[in-house]
Amino acid sequence: MRHLLAIEDLDREAIEAILDRAESFAEVGRRDIKKVPTLRGRTVVSLFYESSTRTSASFELAAKRLSADLISLKAAGSSVDKGESLKDTCATLSAYDPAAIVIRHPYAGAAQLVADWSEAAVVNAGDGKHEHPSQALLDLFTLRRRLDSLEGVRIWIVGDVLHSRVARSNLVAFQAMGAEVTVCGPPALIPRGIEQLGCEVSHSLERLGEADVVYALRLQRERMAESFVPSVREYAAHFQIDSRRLGPRQLLMHPGPVNRGVELSGEVIDSPQSLMTEQVASGLVVRMAILYELLASGPQRPVTEAGDPEQSPTPIGQPA
Amino acid sequence: MRPGEGADLVLRGATVLDPVAGIEGVHDVIVRGGRIAELAPPGGELDELEEIDAEGLHAFPAFFDPHVHLRTPGHEHKEDLETGSRSAAAGGYCGILAMANTDPTVSTPADIEALREAAREGACVPVGFLATVTRGMEGEELTEMGAIRDAGALGFSDDGLPIRSARILRRALQYQQLCGGTIALHEEDPELSGDGVMHEGPVSAALGLAGIPSISESTMIARDAAVAGYENARIHVQHLSAAESVEAVRAAKAAGVRISCEASPHHLCVTDEEVRSLDPRRFKMNPPLRSEADRQALIEGLRDGTIDCIATDHAPHAAEEKEVPFEQAAMGVTGLETAFAALHTNLVLPGVIDLGLLIERMAGGAAPFDLGRPTLAPGNEANVALCDLGAEWTVGEEGYESRSQNSWCADSKLTGRVLMTLAAGRVAYRLRSFSLGVAA
Repeated sequence: MRHLLAIEDLDREAIEAILDRAESFAEVGRRDIKKVPTLRGRTVVSLFYESSTRTSASFELAAKRLSADLISLKAAGSSVDKGESLKDTCATLSAYDPAAIVIRHPYAGAAQLVADWSEAAVVNAGDGKHEHPSQALLDLFTLRRRLDSLEGVRIWIVGDVLHSRVARSNLVAFQAMGAEVTVCGPPALIPRGIEQLGCEVSHSLERLGEADVVYALRLQRERMAESFVPSVREYAAHFQIDSRRLGPRQLLMHPGPVNRGVELSGEVIDSPQSLMTEQVASGLVVRMAILYELLASGPQRPVTEAGDPEQSPTPIGQPA
Repeated sequence: MRPGEGADLVLRGATVLDPVAGIEGVHDVIVRGGRIAELAPPGGELDELEEIDAEGLHAFPAFFDPHVHLRTPGHEHKEDLETGSRSAAAGGYCGILAMANTDPTVSTPADIEALREAAREGACVPVGFLATVTRGMEGEELTEMGAIRDAGALGFSDDGLPIRSARILRRALQYQQLCGGTIALHEEDPELSGDGVMHEGPVSAALGLAGIPSISESTMIARDAAVAGYENARIHVQHLSAAESVEAVRAAKAAGVRISCEASPHHLCVTDEEVRSLDPRRFKMNPPLRSEADRQALIEGLRDGTIDCIATDHAPHAAEEKEVPFEQAAMGVTGLETAFAALHTNLVLPGVIDLGLLIERMAGGAAPFDLGRPTLAPGNEANVALCDLGAEWTVGEEGYESRSQNSWCADSKLTGRVLMTLAAGRVAYRLRSFSLGVAA
């Protein structure tokens, strides 16, 4: 794996390799010293053109746990703010010879462009409304720990699918692992033609009982102003996941941050069926696994300092 | 176009095809003083003429493009009259119509006069100019259409933007009775297009890109056709892209509305599937590439005459406007140099349409603007595209005549190439390798 740009690029085997790797990092995470020397002397750039809490925090912590040197850039306050193009920013960053660039960008395809314009391994941490592959992987990891296999599992993705990169990546990822996916939401928030990705489409929660897993999406309040739905109250009346709609055997997921009382009612967020805390915890180990798979598992560029470039990477678990 | 002598030459043994004039056969095409003097039996004795070995090559009436952007004034870093007209000549065109969405827009008689003067100095094929319908393309007040026509504008268009207000469109069409000049319309309902960047459908759903629905175009065509019919005015619908739009034009024609329309090579050859590459240089334009069903409907419209002509909507952009994520990139692709070759490769060679139909539609854009159709019939001004239908070439391999490189078929391998163009009686273009005598 050279880059992680889209779930679409991964087959089931590649996905499982990352999830298995994440399991081994989960084991490291239970130790007192949680740091491993795998990426010592290598540089990871975290380049965020959009605000983010959990994704940027977990990628940055993942890089540090792997002993990489980290450069963290936010669009606000950097030269991007002064009108520098993405291409020029890539050229500038290349001067630091980064091993990996983790990029979040408001527009589709930005990560692919960075991959074209730099030598580094590129991780797409969200490009517009296109893909968010690390979120999909951490969701798979979370579910796999609960359900062992996703084969035949019925997953409903509920909410603003139109504006959600998480919905798109997860739809593809869930199906790649054998799950059956239904997307559900008001017609204006379900992209026309999405059924051609192989999912069912529903505009009502009536059959939600069929779902083994309910994956709710964030509904931004701006959508009301744009008339995608008339009001929060109307939306909640039809599509909010609450304790009345969520059955006791159904699992609940959400990529965060939640609009409490909009897409989810308070009681289901705190219910035992909710996997939301596990999702956040999975985020760290899965992102460690992604960086490991990209930078340490395949053939590497010769490292002068380390001496023998043929030497396999330091096994996980040796403290730095 | 630039002043100069009319050509004196003979295309020896050319396969001549002018379906409108009913000419088909192998002839020596004799051009004297810039006019087609004779289509003679091959091999006759001729004096004082440049001999061009055209055996195995095709001579067509040169093409006419009613829709190009030459970016002058204001955006000469993308294109100007010289590079744009060279690009046209390289594509076999003997005439082009430049749109008025420049910076500033072409909205006064003086603007038209200045451009016509500049084209006389700098262009290598005749260039006609449209002026905007509304001042500054703001959609609010009409330009001085009468004086602009007197200054030589061939028609009017706010291309790049629709005329939002049906009232303003109606006023322009009423005024057309006084001053003439077809009004060419970019049909799009901005309310329905919203912030869309590609065709709305399964591909936009998969990519998470905001979609422009087909009905954004077809509803405006239906509205404007109704207004034109009511006023008995002439309109020309630009760059049809959707099946619903073809149907709307077909219905308007059947109802007797004076409406003509065009389709672009990229809409006839490729679909929104190409956008999966997220390559805005080649595949981002407005109207967007649509579905295969839309493409088939356009082809059917081309066949049955609903679509009168091919227009490239040649829209040059600088590299930095395209080397950005898809959503941020400028809309538009270039097309003059590749239109014939792309349509020949994608539609004629697979047997989708006849060569004769393509040749007819490639020059069909003159009539809607009251211009004479290029023809190879003896006695007429020489407007000839000499083509090698078997030549294979890779687009962009030898650069472009255009100042910009955003060709929708960049790096594609095409079959069929324009080797030489005569425009308004003069040699406007020769492929370098052909003039050295190494081609064919």
